[in-house]
Amino acid sequence: MYVAVKGGERAIDNAHAFLAEERRGDPAVAELGTDQIREQLRLAVNRVMAEGSLYDPDLAALAIKQARGDLIEAVFLIRAYRTTLPRFGAARPVATGTMACTRRISATFKDAPGGQILGPTFDYTHRLLDFKLAAEGGAVPDAPMQPAPSASLPHITTFLNRDGLIETAPPTDDTPPDLTREPMELPASRALRLQALSRGDEGFLLSLAYSTQRGYGRTHAFVGELRIGTVAVELDIPELGFAVEIGEVELTECETVNQFKGSKTEPPQFTRGYGLTFGQTERKAIAMSLVDRALRWQELGEDHTGAPAQDEEFVLMHADNVQATGFLEHIKLPHYVDFQSELELIRKLRAEVMAAQAEAAE
Amino acid sequence: MTDHSYNFAYLDEQTKRMIRRAILKAVAVPGYQVPFASREMPMPYGWGTGGVQVTAACLVPEDVLKVIDQGADDTTNAVSIRKFFQRTAGVATTVATAEATVIQTRHRIPEQPLTAGQILVYQVPIPEPLRFLEPRETETRKMHALEEYGLMHVKLYEDIARHGSIATAYAYPVRVEGRYVMDPSPIPKFDNPKLSDSPALQLFGAGREQRIYALPPFTRVVSLDFEDHSFHASKAPHDCDLCGASESYLDEVITDDAGNRMFVCSDTDFCRTRREAGHVGRLGKTAGGGA
Amino acid sequence: MQAAEPSIFAKVKPQAPLLSVKGLSKCYGSRIGCADVSFDLWPGEVLGIVGESGSGKSTLLSCLAGHLAPDTGEVIFATASGPRDTVTMSEPERRRLARTDWAFVHQNPRDGLRMGVTAGGNVGERLMAVGARHYGTIRHAATDWLGRVEIDAGRIDDRPSAFSGGMQQRLQIARNLVTGPRLVFMDEPTGGLDVSVQARLLDLLRGLVREMGLSAIIVTHDLAVVRLLADRLMVMKSGHVVEQGLTDQVLDDPQHAYTQLLVSSVLQV
Repeated sequence: MYVAVKGGERAIDNAHAFLAEERRGDPAVAELGTDQIREQLRLAVNRVMAEGSLYDPDLAALAIKQARGDLIEAVFLIRAYRTTLPRFGAARPVATGTMACTRRISATFKDAPGGQILGPTFDYTHRLLDFKLAAEGGAVPDAPMQPAPSASLPHITTFLNRDGLIETAPPTDDTPPDLTREPMELPASRALRLQALSRGDEGFLLSLAYSTQRGYGRTHAFVGELRIGTVAVELDIPELGFAVEIGEVELTECETVNQFKGSKTEPPQFTRGYGLTFGQTERKAIAMSLVDRALRWQELGEDHTGAPAQDEEFVLMHADNVQATGFLEHIKLPHYVDFQSELELIRKLRAEVMAAQAEAAE
Repeated sequence: MTDHSYNFAYLDEQTKRMIRRAILKAVAVPGYQVPFASREMPMPYGWGTGGVQVTAACLVPEDVLKVIDQGADDTTNAVSIRKFFQRTAGVATTVATAEATVIQTRHRIPEQPLTAGQILVYQVPIPEPLRFLEPRETETRKMHALEEYGLMHVKLYEDIARHGSIATAYAYPVRVEGRYVMDPSPIPKFDNPKLSDSPALQLFGAGREQRIYALPPFTRVVSLDFEDHSFHASKAPHDCDLCGASESYLDEVITDDAGNRMFVCSDTDFCRTRREAGHVGRLGKTAGGGA
Repeated sequence: MQAAEPSIFAKVKPQAPLLSVKGLSKCYGSRIGCADVSFDLWPGEVLGIVGESGSGKSTLLSCLAGHLAPDTGEVIFATASGPRDTVTMSEPERRRLARTDWAFVHQNPRDGLRMGVTAGGNVGERLMAVGARHYGTIRHAATDWLGRVEIDAGRIDDRPSAFSGGMQQRLQIARNLVTGPRLVFMDEPTGGLDVSVQARLLDLLRGLVREMGLSAIIVTHDLAVVRLLADRLMVMKSGHVVEQGLTDQVLDDPQHAYTQLLVSSVLQV
């Protein structure tokens, strides 16, 4: 008899019900609130916001809960939701020079005006499992406080710039292309590349950046400055004729100082790599700035050494984890029509070869 | 049961207009891959997001939608996409090819000839027929622009040199109106002849790769081949075991551990219609039950 | 006798050069690639460009073949529809030339071959690129050309990766010449090969050049190559052409000190 190999609506509904049950887990354990995720798994929330290209900690927390902690799945949920949102306008460029920093460090200067601020970092923690966290409750003592610096903290690269020691990135009023509204066209401008990297997969960028450090497109990067903090988002309101602050976002910004370029006629200058991401997403921002710098080989007159991180098309076409995971996993879908076609072909080819062999044997 | 928290057919009107502009351009230049700003959809890339966006941009409330995957209306992904449009557009759906005004498909062209006024929307994973010969998009776009298609025939040449015949069984490349070489999506080559001179409008959407292309009605589509190794649309040399059809594309179904198998129409609507009309295959029963 | 002379002259010397290069320069930042190069190449003529590495000969060849855009200068090619400057030509037109009238033999056969495609497919590609659609005919032409470059016809379905360096280079030559190009660029065609293999390849090339009446520009640092193949010679140093003339003349009676040095260093070998 004809066995039903073709799935149906009921199978899908049942799978969804099973999924919901598994998502909840043991009902004897208290259900996780999205507020708990937002507050206590904040770095996961940040990653989902950064790669989902949507700054909304509550939605990101919801996505993480719905995705059972699968962050790429959560990014996907956020992206799909983001698509449906109407666009009211484009904010003014945020001024990271006026960022209210919770963290600001430089590897190139021991100290700088404004000082180094370590902030909430894992950097100097000993990676020892803290079993106290497994126990319940326990109030956390308040961390020492200090008044916020009165003036805004200047970018550390501006100190280098004063002496012309680093390439300038002259401001421009050009409207950058919008990756979410126009198809990606290659070769891409740096603005477009940075957009793609900013929403790219952290793991992918990490590996690429690491590969440049190990010699595959080496750029000798130092962290000129890494800063994390909040900046105001301002929107021009045409009816009012001026910009209105509509909220704040937390950002991580990384500027690297890289090997210099120059020649007999042009004095040598350091070059830059740049990373900017939503939330405290330090690893991502540093990786982004290294990859950005590696991709600039042509503009800076460097050699293409065949390193993956130098290959714009390779990097940009494979950085998006929502695209990657979808295509990777689509091979789970039925392909039996194609497979059948291959089956027919291979049988025919085998028959021809065997017939030829039989003929030769006679 | 339309979900009113979303716009008709999910996408906002601006996005639909953008997609329609891409479709119009694609229709104007048959076989040319038009870049479009593909949106993230609530289903994964690679699962028909391109087709879904094209369908969403084409649908009007009066449309009757049919969705098939592998030729069948009841495969999981077809069910999922049909449900999506039931929920977001509230359009009528059908499994009958003749009744549908818009058909979204993955991997097949319905057996029943399409008619004027129908739109067939293909889901396309990799729109670029030259991709596996030349991985760079910047390069393949130039090759299309300059009609540098020698490499495509090199692939076919290699097949013949190695296997004695062209060893491409699906996603068999075609030339459209003597100009663009096009990937017809992974349909079996059995379906290739149906691409040509169809009275229906055929639209191809690749979401992840951000491309839309089209075959307007009555476009001449030729499967690439050599003069002395011509294209041959092949299928399993059997009749359907349920409806007895000899001219339809067949799925092979393994029926027991001993390796016994049966062949049934991949197009479930075609098979059902035939059985309802009284046709019976080797293992079939008369009329009645669905697939 | 006098009246007949012009017509004989016309047969021997065509009326226009195949390639006419005027004031070609290319710099890399402040470094000179090649500077103010001018010459004419006549149909059926083989021009050798010699110089040590860094002399600008490869830069010049890249500019001539359209792989690099020169900073200034003209490269006028006698196309079927009249002389055209290939520098200002659109990229589509230049690419069309590259797969029809022109051919380019790379020093490293890997750069000029498709390593994943059989020998037959490699030779057949240019035919298919210009519209050949009969498998049997393509295969026949490929077999014929394999024979002409002394590759056993039985290797037609093997990939170049299974070939020796010399065979790969001969295959690359077959792949380039199969469509009868009007101008062939060669970049160190014998570089990277053993001396005995070089000799065989040179011999083969000389035969093909004579038989097909090829027009070619050959870049090499090997004076033996140009002595065998080139009608005329250009000597480059630091991006400049320091001497040019008939090959035998330049090699036997070098005028420029640098050429004298080059020639004497060969004699020492």
